[in-house]
This record gives sequence, structure tokens and C-alpha cells, in this order.
Amino acid sequence: MTLEKRKVKFILEDGSVFTGFSFGDEKQTTGEVVFNTGMVGYPETLTDPSYKGQILVFTYPLIGNYGVPGDEREDGFFKYFESEKIHVQGLIISDYSNEYSHWNAKRSLSSWLEENKIPGIYGIDTRKLTKILREQGTMLGQIVFGDAEPQPLIDPNASNLVKEVSIDQPVVYEKGLKRIALIDCGVKNNIIRAFLRRDITVLRFPWNYDFLNEKFDGILISNGPGDPKMCAETIENVKKAFTKNIPILGICLGSQILGLAAGADTYKLKYGHRSQNQPCMESGTKRCYITSQNHGYAIDGDSLPQDWREWFFNNNDDTNEGIIHISKPFFGAQFHPEASPGPDDTEFIFDMFLRAVE
Amino acid sequence: MMNKNIKKVLILGSGAIRIGQAGEFDYSGSQAIKALKEEGIKTILINPNIATIQTSDYLADEIYFIPIEPYFVEQVIQKEEPDGILLSFGGQTALNTGVALFESGVLDKYDVSVLGTPVEAILKTEDRALFAKEMREANLKIPESKAVNDVEEAVAIAEKLGYPVMLRIAYALGGLGSGVARSKDELVTLAEKAFSFADQILIEEYLEGWKELEYEVVRDRYDNCIVVCSMENVDPMGIHTGESIVVAPVQTLTASENFKLRSISIEAIRHLGIIGECNIQFGFDPFSEDYRIIEVNARLSRSSALASKATGYPLAFVASKLVLGYSLTELKNMVTEETSACFEPALDYIVLKFPRWDLQKFRNVRYNIGSEMKSVGEVMAIGRTFEEALQKAIRMLNVGADGLVGNDLEFKDIKKELSQPTDKRMFAIAEALLQDISIEEIHQLTKINLWFLYKIRNIVELSKTIKGKKLDAVSEFKLREAKQKGFSDKQIAHFTRTNELTVREKRIKLGIVPSVKQIDTLAAEYPAKTNYLYLTYNGNEDDVSFFYKNQVVVLGSGPYSIGSSVEFDWCCVNSILTLNNLNYDTIMINCNPETVSTDYDICNKLYFEELTFERVMDIYEKENPIGLIVSMGGQVPNSLAMPLTAANVPILGTHPNQIDMAENRHKFSNLLDEQNIDQPPWEELTSIPEAEKFADKVGYPVLIRPSYVLSGAAMSVALSKTELHDYLAKASDVSKDHPVVISKFVTGAKELDIDAVAVEGELFCYAISEHVENAGVHSGDATIVLPPQRTYLETMRRIKKIARKIAKSLKITGPFNIQFLAKDNDVMVIECNLRASRSFPFVSKVSKLNFIDRATKLIMGEELPIVESTSFDLDYVGVKAPQFSFTRLKGSDPVLGVEMVSTGEVACIGDDFNEAFLKSLLSVGFKMPEKNILLSTGPIENKADFIKSSKILADLGFKFYATKGTADFMKSHKVEAEVLYWPLENKEPNILTYLSEGKIDLVINIPKNIDKEELDNDYLIRRKAVDSDIPLITNLQLAKRFTEAVLRTPAGKLKTKRWSEYV
Repeated sequence: MTLEKRKVKFILEDGSVFTGFSFGDEKQTTGEVVFNTGMVGYPETLTDPSYKGQILVFTYPLIGNYGVPGDEREDGFFKYFESEKIHVQGLIISDYSNEYSHWNAKRSLSSWLEENKIPGIYGIDTRKLTKILREQGTMLGQIVFGDAEPQPLIDPNASNLVKEVSIDQPVVYEKGLKRIALIDCGVKNNIIRAFLRRDITVLRFPWNYDFLNEKFDGILISNGPGDPKMCAETIENVKKAFTKNIPILGICLGSQILGLAAGADTYKLKYGHRSQNQPCMESGTKRCYITSQNHGYAIDGDSLPQDWREWFFNNNDDTNEGIIHISKPFFGAQFHPEASPGPDDTEFIFDMFLRAVE
Repeated sequence: MMNKNIKKVLILGSGAIRIGQAGEFDYSGSQAIKALKEEGIKTILINPNIATIQTSDYLADEIYFIPIEPYFVEQVIQKEEPDGILLSFGGQTALNTGVALFESGVLDKYDVSVLGTPVEAILKTEDRALFAKEMREANLKIPESKAVNDVEEAVAIAEKLGYPVMLRIAYALGGLGSGVARSKDELVTLAEKAFSFADQILIEEYLEGWKELEYEVVRDRYDNCIVVCSMENVDPMGIHTGESIVVAPVQTLTASENFKLRSISIEAIRHLGIIGECNIQFGFDPFSEDYRIIEVNARLSRSSALASKATGYPLAFVASKLVLGYSLTELKNMVTEETSACFEPALDYIVLKFPRWDLQKFRNVRYNIGSEMKSVGEVMAIGRTFEEALQKAIRMLNVGADGLVGNDLEFKDIKKELSQPTDKRMFAIAEALLQDISIEEIHQLTKINLWFLYKIRNIVELSKTIKGKKLDAVSEFKLREAKQKGFSDKQIAHFTRTNELTVREKRIKLGIVPSVKQIDTLAAEYPAKTNYLYLTYNGNEDDVSFFYKNQVVVLGSGPYSIGSSVEFDWCCVNSILTLNNLNYDTIMINCNPETVSTDYDICNKLYFEELTFERVMDIYEKENPIGLIVSMGGQVPNSLAMPLTAANVPILGTHPNQIDMAENRHKFSNLLDEQNIDQPPWEELTSIPEAEKFADKVGYPVLIRPSYVLSGAAMSVALSKTELHDYLAKASDVSKDHPVVISKFVTGAKELDIDAVAVEGELFCYAISEHVENAGVHSGDATIVLPPQRTYLETMRRIKKIARKIAKSLKITGPFNIQFLAKDNDVMVIECNLRASRSFPFVSKVSKLNFIDRATKLIMGEELPIVESTSFDLDYVGVKAPQFSFTRLKGSDPVLGVEMVSTGEVACIGDDFNEAFLKSLLSVGFKMPEKNILLSTGPIENKADFIKSSKILADLGFKFYATKGTADFMKSHKVEAEVLYWPLENKEPNILTYLSEGKIDLVINIPKNIDKEELDNDYLIRRKAVDSDIPLITNLQLAKRFTEAVLRTPAGKLKTKRWSEYV
């Protein structure tokens, strides 16, 4: 089958122009351009709310091979996706598989992108593009069709992305007697699944919800997009929560929020960590875990107040990968223990947190 | 941290290259030695494979060229007193030997600790029943399986599981003896054969059509565990992974499936307690997330070598550090030099491994591929589309195909080709698509995942759009698309009826050129310090810059195949090392993942690429080196000399015109005539009557060489007009386009080789070796002796003189080899190659003069003093013996002839010929006969020739069994032999019964006609011997020398001496 190929341009903030072919929706778009080096898991990655506002480059060149599963639901949310929709602004790859093959696939990646009104480009030298981002840092970019005029670039990090991906009203997922308050900054479904699988009831609150008067046994601050400092209200709520002395676990953006609430500082990484192979050392041990990650900001490990310790650090670039309070049950993991997509080496973090909750 | 108590380590190599155990263990052993040396540990290596890099004097501290057998290894342990032993770097051979030493208490006795995975854990992976128990304990799924001890029990279990069932043998390399049985009859046949090897076999559920996947796992003693590479077999379960096309990373699995298998891998490896590297194989249901663990290999393997090359992650090196006690987190990623070795590589390309078969070289062999490994080598292609990688790989195979399509292969029954695959499977799929067989039907017949078939269809469809068009009518867009889908210039030229250079010129004008990309383990997330490179049309930027001025390219040898093996890799690597020492920047081009030359720390730039004119030109035009060395990698680079020089590429060393002079039969023959050098009479003929006329003139027997075609017809010897006629009528299409070369076949002549180096036509150094077998046995299958023991001085002198003449007239600078026939003192030249030959590592190591180092220096214009009489004054003897893999090639006739059939070789050094000879025989798996020898010595002159030897054997206490004719003859010469019936006589006592019942220790079967293709009695005896793992000798000279050696050197007298003790 020969698809009609429509040429499309991708223009970076620094003026570099890449030409490729369109798949998915034909919609002009702008965003912050980031790359992910994972080799598998595009349905999960594209629906990760942390990618809000971003144009995503997959460094693995062959994408679309196993199609996309259907919209089956379990516990009220999509069984095969990490949220209700695709969150990236656009997708850039090298080689798109027009035909897919998998028992569980219901549609092609292209038609799924179309359903979600998300544009994709294939035929790009994604390695060249990645090297530009690595050397010059994350930058803005846009997808331009035909002879259309380029649009002014808007930095998504200037707006509160968390607000855009969080829920409006609290939701309860009833399971066992133990209850977790989940602050939804753009939570991935697999974090919720991790608790439901362990028979824990999850109370899911909007990012800025004043939840402290509710009844629960532990707090989870979820992952989410953008700069943690935009979540001033969440940070304030977490500060208050510290006084209650109940277990708190922060994941990714949640860990950064936890750090900010504790008094540490965060900063923007040159090009972030977006992959399924980040080695994280547990401080003071010889244990290293392979983790799935997606973040552009990080806690400055040196800025941690005296009651806090670095829990994990990145074995490649030594950046902070987790914090822990010396005496209280407060933990933050910069990586994704819920994986999806990625290795489940650190799934034990949930068990540890729940032991604190017991 | 490292265990500081380990100061001296014994490393077991893997011995000769054979099917299932190839050059990958040279790679892993060499890495291990490097890793140990870096820690100041003294290394002792046992490996009789003299052509390996690991047995180089600059690597291990001490090297033993002796059999890797418990008896010899114990002697070494006693002598060297090592603190530790490495078992996981020498394949199944090292592992089995190590386990035997452990079980017999030798390791304990001498206090040698096994470094890395403990033997207990190894045993859990090797013994199927133990393995099953362990996996069940860990709640992991394995195929339903039952160990059985006899055929009846096997049938009972199969009936319970339901056919088809899989039959397996524990402790088998490359799936030896295993197979699928679809009926009771098939099962009985397989089981009977299996029980001749093993006491116990396994009957298992057969996971037909399931996906087959492999994960490479690394674990340190702190329990850090990483999965370095995932691989997916394109061919489904049922086809041995060594026979499968394999891609990395996995392509058709979702994240949930992939990470599920990753977690299971880690769980299994932790449960087993493996430390270092291992490989785990899965079967995976294509319609659910159900899985089975097929096996775990607790050692470096062919797959781990592939994974290492595919990802850039140095598995063997890292594994060596881990077994010394390091943690993964203490080691650096050698590619980036800044990130950690404790990570899982991210690829931004696809890797495809394609096996290389050489089945046409064997008589009576079945071409079908299945659960037993038959391939002799492999290539690895890197691309940024599946189509690109697949087509590159096919060209890398060097079997005459320019890509997947355009080869004009014909299939008699295409659907049968699909359902019962042969080595031509991929071409059959392409052909089926061209014949409009639906993709669903192809999927049904092949069970290959649809995704791969879609991609294959993309190639076929694209070829249709350019086929028959004029090149000018192919748009720039289409041309670029074709290149991105891996089409070569030659392929495009074939479809557009033009030539390769025209296509090249056009695309370069249009700016359609490949980009150079780096393999960096992290998908560009971090900059790479190494230059591990490939080319792709799916990109538009080069990762590296090309400003180096002082570069030299060495072309590698491509895939291992019959006749081109690790020897050429040794030559390439040594050439590169010399160039490095001379301060040149070195570039290596090769595509064989089982080699040391493709380790990125050997050269300055490694191009893991095709050895085709097109690709070498692409690299040449980017790199602009001083020149290329084509004389190290065997015939593949040698054949590129002419086209490259025509394109103005500087070739270093002997001028390509002279290479052509030696390669072109007519030119070379004229040259010999001019120089008054004898050669066997020959002629190139284009019709059968002409051929017969010529044969009548020179007299039978004659040697027939058909012209080379992709389907491949073998060389043959005809004893009579009828045979000549039959052969020509059957095997080749004799015509103007396909001439046949017929030459006089000289019988009863000795064969000798000279390996030499010359500079500007002057002989610089040389070594003459003699063959034990008479002429007629391919030099690659011959037993070779250095220095010659039974050659007249006059013959040696004549050989040397001829070599001088040829060197002068061909103005040779660099390595060359000439093969001679000698009868009395008449010497004839049969072949001359102006390149390094298979025996260069052998003569270099035995004479302790590195011929390749000298050749490289001379090629680069260095001045060196001439070496005098190198081959005469050795105080010891080196003997090189061939390794055969007949056991694996079901049905093949295990006999020697004019086509090479051995897959590898060993060489041992001894104080005299007999000692070196026996050690080398033992090194290729020969077992000394204890009591009973079966004789069938062929024609009367052979019978007579062997009678003296049989008397010696009788005096030594051996008992003979013989066929009627041989027994009668022996009786008339007063040697007793018990008569057994011929196989086809169907009467007892029958030879076949005696062989299957293990009543025979050695079979000496000298064929009547060395080249007749018949399923006759002799064939049945030879085949049965091989299938029953009984030593077999089929050559009269070899049988006689063996007898003498046994007489003079009793087994206990074989010495275990270091290489350094001889030279």
C-alpha cells in the first residue's frame, strides 16, 4: 500500500529546518522539542501527561510496528493508556510502519494520532535532531504544512501545564480500607493501578485541591508536566501536610514539589531525561536500578535542607534522582517506579511507601 | 571491589571452529584476557585454535596449544597452579570441560576457584531436569517436558502431550540431535539416533508458530541486574536461533510484553545465581502474553557476541570484570567514557543478523533448516529501516545476491519452500510475493510475523515500480526511496538494465549519498568517544568528521564460511595492530559479528559495513585514506581489488593488475609457461563433447570446476567418461556463458604449500608445509605439517625457486601463497594467491615469525632485513588438523574430496610429528581407540598399502572387524579380522548394528571412488559412524600415519608444554 505522502516541515527555534512526511493529523503546531530514547512503548509514552506542551522526538527509528490497542476501560480508565488522551503536541520519527501487526491492536498509530488531532512527521534524521537538542539544549519548534507561515513560538513552560492536565473534581477509586490521597498533577494511570492492585483506595484530587481535611493514610504527589515552581498551591499544601506526619511519596514532578516544599531548589536540565534506561544509584549502597524517566527539571541535590538526604542519584550524570527525610516517612523518586513504559526495577518503592502507611 | 586474592587465572578457550561454536569465542576470550591483564592478573590460556587472536603472544601470558580435555587441563593446572579458572568464555567446550573437572574433584584438589557463576548454578542451566525444577520453584513457565530413558517411554509421553513434539538432548551445542516429530514414526527415528549420543532425552510440547526471543542479562555479585539487549527471531519457534534471521531490538512486542520478559529474565537469572553474563531464550505466544522459558546459557554465547556488537556494549569485557568481583556501577561505559556501565543500551538503529550457510559444499545434505544448526557463519547489518538492514545483510553474505530481489532464483515448488524452509527462505518469500501469493497465506505457511512480511513486501513492491524502467525515468524521489530501502546500485542497475557505475554517478549527482552514523549505546543522549560506525540512507548528517590525513583501510573477511574463517580475521587484526604501531590511523571494514576485528578498540574507526564495491567506495570517498589493504581478509576483499583500482582507489601492496594475473586462469597459465614452471594440463570448455575430448587427451581422472552460480554446483572428480558425462549433464549448464574448467587430476602426488612474504618482487620470508594426505584432498581439509617431515630437500629447493620466480614476475609486495603438487621431484603449481592464506597464522605462530606484521610493514614501505631459511631449523613440529561438523549436517557424506568441507582447524606443537599429530587429532574431538577397529579399505591397492599398518595395530592389541573383502585380504596376509555384513545386506552381524551398539571404537573406511555421490554401503558406514560419535578416518595416508603415531607415542606420553617452551 502506498500512502499519499505529504511533505511537511519541522522548524527549530535556532532556525534548523527538517523536511519529512506527514502522518496522523495535518495540523500546524508549536511546542517544546524533547527526545525520548525508549525503544518501545509509544502508546504509553504519548499518553503520559508529563509531555503536555511538548513535541516529542523518538530516537528509535521504527515506530508504529504493533499498532495501537483499543479504548477498553478498567477501573474507569483506559486499560492500555496512561491517561485519557495523547498529550504531546506533535510526534517526530524516522520510519513509520504503515502496516502493523499485533493481536491486541485495533488501529494504526497514524489513525490514532488523527483521532486525537495530533500531527506526526516521519522521514526525519532524528539522530541529527537529537544531537542538536543534546548540544544546544531543549528548544522550541514547530510543525509547518505546505507553504503556511510559521507561527510565533510559545514556551509551554511559561504557563501552568499542570492545571491543564489535572482533573477538575475529585474522583474516588474504591478498593480496600487503606486510603491514599493522590494529588493529580498529571498522573499516569499506572500509578493509580499500582495502588489498586495492592487493594488500596485512591482519592484522586485536583492539583490545587485543599485535601488535607479528608481522611486518608498517605499522600502521593504525582508526576506531571513542566516547571514544578508553577505549582505554588500544591507546594503550599505539601508544606502543610508535613505537619500531619503521614507518609508522603512524590514521583517525578511530585518529587520536585516535595523538594521545593522541604526548602530545596529545582532547576531546568539542559535536555532532560526521557528514556527507559537511566541508572539510579541508591545512596550509600552498591545497588543501581534501571529506571524509566521523563523530566526536564530536577532538584538541586546540594540545596537539600539538613533533615533531608539524597536517596538516589543518576549514575550517568550524578543529578538527583530521589530524596528522603532522615526521620519522617517522606520520600521522593525522580524516576517512575510505575514504569509503563519501562523496567519495573523500582516497583518496590510502592511497597516501601505502603509499609510506611501501615 | 576486585577480589585481590586472584593473581593467576586459567582461561579455557573453545577449540576449533565448528557449526554451533564459531569465532565468537575468540572475541569473548580475547576480551576476558584484556580485562584480566588490566588488573595485573597473570593469564594462562588453553586453546588449540592457533588462528585465534586470543592465542597471540601479546595477549595471554602463557598459551597451551593442546586439547581442551580434562586430562590435559589437569596437567596444566598441576603445572601452573592458577588461583582461578574461567569457564564461561570458551563456549560449550569450556563449560563442559570445567564441569567435568569440578565433578571429578580436580578443581578442589588443586584449590582452583571457578570465577563467576558457580558450577552448581551452571549445572542448573545445563541439566534439563534440574533447570525445570528451578524454574518451577521460581514460578516461571517452561515448556511441558519430560525426561525419558528409552524410545518406548518417549512415545508414551508424546502421545500424552499430543503431536507435534520436540525432542531435545541436554548438554548439546547448537541443538545437536534435537528435532520436531509430527508422528510416532518420526519420533522413533529421532529418538533412536538421540540415544546413541545420550542416555536421556526430553520430549517437550512444541510451540509451533510462537515468537522466539532472546534477552542478554548481566548480573554482578551485588545483585545489580541489567538486560543489555533484546533480540527477536524473524523465524518463529522451531527454527534454531543460529539458523534464524534475528533482529535487535525486539520489533513486534509491546512495552508491556517486552518489559514482562525483561522482568522474568532478571527473576530467572537471580534465582539461578548467575554472575557475569548469560542469555535467556523465550517462546512467546503471538496471540496473548503467554510465554515459556526455553533455555538459559550461563556463559558468553553466539548471541551475546551479537548483542555486544549490536549495542556497542562490551559484554565479554564487562562480564570478566564482574567475575573478578567488581560491581557494575564501578565500571564505565567504554563508548561514552563518561556514563556508567550499569545501564541498558538504547539503540537508534535496527540490527539484523543473517546466517551464512554453505550447504552446497556437502554431498547428500538436506537443505532444510530447522531445530538443528547448520549455518557456518553470520553477518550483521545495521540500518535505520528494516528493509535497509535486510538488504544490506543479504549482500554481506557474499553468496552472489545483490539484495533481496533481483536474483532471479527459481523455485520448483514455492509453497513447499515456504512451509519447509531451506537456506533460501527469504528469497522464496520475495518470490512468493512477486507471484501474488497473499501475505496471509505466506504467513500461514511460514508462521513469520506479519510485520516482517509487510516490510519484505515493501521491498518487493518498490522493485516492481522500477523494474523495466529506464534509469532516467526513475524519479529522484523514487531513487532515494530505493536507497532508503536498502537497494544497491547494482540492484537498481539490474532492474533498469544499466550498470552499477551509471547508477552511482546519477545518484551522487542528485546528492543521494549515505550518512555515517555512530553506534553510541545511548541513542545520541551522550556524545560517544569511539568510532563505531555504519552507513545509512535514512539520515542526512555524518556523525564524524573526515579530516584525518594518515589513514589506512584494511578490508575484513566478511562472514565465516567454509574456507574463510577466523584465520583471516587474525590476519586483518594483526595488520591493523602493525599499522597502529607505525602510527597510521586505521580503518576496519567488516560485517561479521563473530570477530575480533569488529571490536571497536582494535582500530581508530570501525565501519560495520558491507564489503561491496559500492560501500567501500562510499567510505573511501568520505575518508580519503592513503590506500586500502585488500590482501589480509581472504578472497572477499581480494576480489574487490580490480574494480576498486579501476575506480582510482589506491590499493596498497601488490598491484591489482598482478592480482588479476594470478586470479585469471588464462593469464596465470601463460605466465607459468613463460617461466617454465609446470602445471597440470587444463582447458576451459563450453560444450560437453569438447570436455570429453579434452579428458580423453589428458587421461582420466579429471577435475571439473563449473562456473560459479548462486545455486552453487560443487567441484568434482571424474574417473571415467561416463562419470564426466553424467556430472556435466546433471550439475552444470555448460555453455559460452557458463564454461567449465577441466584439468588433469594427478593421483598419488604429495601436496605442499608455501606461505610467503615478498617485497617488490623479492622473496622476504617463507614457510613450506607438507600435507599428510595426498593431493585430491582440499588443502583446507588436509592435515598440514610444518616443517615438512617427508619431503625431499630437492623438492623444497625447487619450491623455493619457483616461489622466487613467481614473486619476481608478479612484482609481489605483501603476503602470498602457492600450492604445489610434487611427485618424485617433479613440482607443479596448482594455485597461487597474492594474499594471505588460511595457513598464515599457523606458520606465523609455529615459526614465531609474524608474517602479517612483516607483510604489513613492507606494504607500507618500511625497510626490514630479509629473513633467511625460516622453515628449516625448528626443533619441534607443528601439525594443523581440520575440524569437521558432519554430525550437524544430517545426511551429509563425511568424506574428503576436492571441495572443502571442514569448518575449522586446530594446530598443536610437539617434540616430533607423532606427538603433535596425535594432540591435534585429540583437539578436534578424535577419541583414541581402545580396542575395536572396523576396517574397510577400498580398492585392492589400498588394501595392500594398509596391510603393514594393520599388522602394527594387531600387534598393539587391537581387534579388527572388517567387511568381507577386506577381511579375506587381511586373512591372506595373516591378520585376523571378524567379518561383519555390509549395511545393505541386512544380515547380522551387521556393521550398522555394531556401530549403534558402540562395539566399534574407530572406523577406517577408505572410499573406493573419492567422488561418487551414492547412498551406498560405504556411505552408510561413514554416516553411521559420525551419527554415533565414533572416530572416522577416510584417508589412507592419514590412517597409516595414525598407526605409526600410535605405535611410537603411547597416549600417556603426550606432553603438556607451553608454547613458549618450544620457541
